[in-house]
Amino acid sequence: MASDAHDLKKHVRIYWMVFGALAVLTVVTVSAASLQVSVGVAVFIAMAIAVTKGSLVASFFMHLMFDKNRGIGALLLLCLIFFVFLMAIPSLVTFEAINTVNVP
Amino acid sequence: MLFGGLFSAYILLRVGAAEGSWPVGAEETHLSVNIGMLNTIVLIISSVTMVMAWAALKMKNIGQARGWLAATLALAVFFLVVKIVWEYAPKFQHDLVPATSTFYAIYFTLTGLHGLHIVGGIVVIAYFMLPGSAMWKSDPERFTNRIECTGLYWHFVDLVWFFLFPTLYLL
Repeated sequence: MASDAHDLKKHVRIYWMVFGALAVLTVVTVSAASLQVSVGVAVFIAMAIAVTKGSLVASFFMHLMFDKNRGIGALLLLCLIFFVFLMAIPSLVTFEAINTVNVP
Repeated sequence: MLFGGLFSAYILLRVGAAEGSWPVGAEETHLSVNIGMLNTIVLIISSVTMVMAWAALKMKNIGQARGWLAATLALAVFFLVVKIVWEYAPKFQHDLVPATSTFYAIYFTLTGLHGLHIVGGIVVIAYFMLPGSAMWKSDPERFTNRIECTGLYWHFVDLVWFFLFPTLYLL
């Protein structure tokens, strides 16, 4: 029980450190938006920061980091890869082809 | 899956929009980055208070847990008040509604659905703070697990906002 209380106190310290990191990353997100870069780079930076923040919440607040079953983390990583690919599809598709109408 | 589909819709609409037709920047979107950032910080703090409530229960302190749940609830209500009073109301007053443009249609859909998830979380947290906390006396471990599950839902709602904020307000 003593070690449980000690572990929990350690976790509580981690939670506040993660909060600090999330707050800093939020400020970084807003600051990065003022950079003069191309749209693609801006999207990449914003989403990279959002994924980092999401990973911190999932790992520490949702306790994935402390989960003995690593399969869940691997599955989430797979979902993330597919999500990134899904979001990138529009830039890979030529909209000229979609909007083409064959007039007889 | 629901938000994933809507994010996909946003991307397709944004990429497929004619050049110059999609509003960019605060002057065209009428979205305040400061208000968005405030709401982001509010949700981050609410995630901390939610996990602190779980930690308090693991340390067998129901009083402290109730306090942290009350803080989570207050922050959630504050988020909704900011959203409705400082974001939605001014837009409606200036006739900026979902039917105004594709951007506003997807903006109100995404943020409205996220807001409904916040309302759902408020209902669940309020239940476990008040009548639901009776389970603490009969089965404390089960009650702690229920708070952990509520926390998982709440952290997910926070996580979705991490992607909504830069997508709608900054890009």
